[in-house]
Amino acid sequence: MLWIAWKMLVGNRVKYLGIIFGVLFAALLIAQQSSIFCGLMFLTVSQIRDVEGPAIWVMDKNVEFIDDIKPLPDTDLFRVKGVPGVDWAVRFYKGLARARMEEGDFHQMILLGLDDATLIGAPEGLFMGALSDLRKPDAVIMDDAGYKQIWPGEPFRLGRTFEMNDRRAVLVGITKASRTFQTFPIVYTRYSSAVLYAPRERKVLSFVLAQPRPGLAAEEVCQEITRQTGLQALTRDEFMEKTIRHFLAKTGIPVNFAITVLLGFIVGTAIAGQTFYLFTVENIRQFGALKAMGTSNWTILMMVLAQGAQVGVIGYGLGVGLAALFGWSSRGLTKLAFFMPWQVLVMTAIAVFLIVLLASLLSIRRVLVVDPAIVFRG
Amino acid sequence: MERCSPMQPLPREPLPDDVAVRVRGVTKEFGSGGSLTKALRGVDLDVPYGEMLLLAGPSGCGKTTLVSIVAGTLEPTAGEVVVLGQDLVAMSSGGRVRFRRDNVGFVFQAYNLLPSLTAAENAAVPLMIAGHPRAQAVEAACEVLEHLGLGDRLSRLPAEMSGGQQQRVAIARAIVHHPRLLVCDEPTSALDAENGRITMELIAELAVQPDRAVIVVTHDSRVFSFADRIATMEDGRIESVAIGEHGG
Ligand SMILES: Nc1ncnc2c1ncn2[C@@H]1O[C@H](COP(=O)(O)OP(=O)(O)OP(=O)(O)O)[C@@H](O)[C@H]1O
Ligand SMILES: [Mg+2]
Repeated sequence: MLWIAWKMLVGNRVKYLGIIFGVLFAALLIAQQSSIFCGLMFLTVSQIRDVEGPAIWVMDKNVEFIDDIKPLPDTDLFRVKGVPGVDWAVRFYKGLARARMEEGDFHQMILLGLDDATLIGAPEGLFMGALSDLRKPDAVIMDDAGYKQIWPGEPFRLGRTFEMNDRRAVLVGITKASRTFQTFPIVYTRYSSAVLYAPRERKVLSFVLAQPRPGLAAEEVCQEITRQTGLQALTRDEFMEKTIRHFLAKTGIPVNFAITVLLGFIVGTAIAGQTFYLFTVENIRQFGALKAMGTSNWTILMMVLAQGAQVGVIGYGLGVGLAALFGWSSRGLTKLAFFMPWQVLVMTAIAVFLIVLLASLLSIRRVLVVDPAIVFRG
Repeated sequence: MERCSPMQPLPREPLPDDVAVRVRGVTKEFGSGGSLTKALRGVDLDVPYGEMLLLAGPSGCGKTTLVSIVAGTLEPTAGEVVVLGQDLVAMSSGGRVRFRRDNVGFVFQAYNLLPSLTAAENAAVPLMIAGHPRAQAVEAACEVLEHLGLGDRLSRLPAEMSGGQQQRVAIARAIVHHPRLLVCDEPTSALDAENGRITMELIAELAVQPDRAVIVVTHDSRVFSFADRIATMEDGRIESVAIGEHGG
């Protein structure tokens, strides 16, 4: 009987494509918008992701997210180092600096200061220059997107100089870096240089990066650090989560995307539901004949649900596929963030399931109440 | 008509009596209050096995209502309806669904074929409803269609066939599962004289079996000659029952 349901559905090509279009439209819009949203959220944690070595981030207890810098006194490094369970700990500077270029123009930059001895937090994607050159006086490494932003159209060239806080900086390397939410150029330097490049403040230590002893869980060591120092200690994942939570709760970004997603849901349901209903009404005599010939209401219900499931699966596949294609084709454009984790696929699937269910409801009601005696009427 | 019947009657248990359909004092009202319609006003009718009964009468006299009740698609307001030894009035609605599935074949005026199924697939539908595998059902349907002279139309869609051919597919569908009651509502009224005659011949020849009763609703006096008996209805009652040319 499900085969008959399938034949009825595909036999009515226009309606069939119409219902699929409704589902596809919704799936595409939901998957695509959610992916852009996830991409944006992913951007907010890009600087945490880029620091790959240490498992623990220690910071002021009021820090809400990665760009929310509340400097610590330098002595906090030693307090963290003294916590049992901490294998090693290093300083990490993150701040904004104003750079004056040779050409005389000013640029805001994200300044990252790495531990002088270990250079922990160094960029992974260095493709010009050598990391060891960062130990030279005034040496800085810049990300390629930042370079192109400051010197558009110019080839990559090392040895360029500029000034931050009246101190000379010499470009010794260019790296790939994950794009950030703020989209400023990123400048890497040693911690000791960074504090000189930054506007002078009483406290300058942004984060302490720490590693638990082998065999110890990072979460437990975090708790120990917090207990002993009163500082906020988070695992890398926890810090990313906290940062994303901040953007979810404190900005209008999620609302904007939610509205678009909801719109896709409603419009998709309307198109699919209406077309599905018209399809059912058009076939009501066939359903009536099947009922007269002894098809139970239960079977009729399964037939309609199977029809819904079929357009759901096809519409979902096409919609998500198109969304992925969109993301793939826009991967080169730096303006657009696109990230489609499995959660987006699951969420879209749930939405499509609901759409198909809602769309089928009217039809189900219609076929269940149809009197098999209608088939005798001309 | 040399063709032998394709559907050998299945061996059946002995029946309690030779009456397939027994209707006593059946009334049917539609609506209520001012818009109350008394479609049936007390109908008594017996149809024995092996008989083809014709139900005639003017439009609106209640013919369709009566056969719907006998076929188990409609509940009477009052009265007694025993079909194939089973009390349809006492039966649950699920029981009536199973009763129709197992015992009743339908031929409708409007054919009611599924437009996206081929002739063979359409004729196989009752077997599929009964749970037979599709391939097996279609095979059985092909056999019946061949006996109905549609062997070269098996994989045609309804839209690619004439009205007469479609009605023959509908007859195949009505008898493919060996029902013991066949109900036909105006099977010829959408057909021209020639196709109407062929259709009635097929029904008379293939459908009427010693263990099966056939009721045909019709306006069409040209088909009276095929009947064993002709019941004429008038305003919700059976006015007269006459022996047809076929009966005796
Ligand atoms: N579902 C219904 N609701 C209300 N009235 C109905 C319904 N079905 C039938 N009737 C009424 O019952 C009466 C008998 O109808 P029925 O269809 O049985 O007549 P009929 O003899 O088959 O007529 P025709 O030859 O035109 O098919 C008519 O007055 C009709 O309007
Ligand atoms: Mg009628």
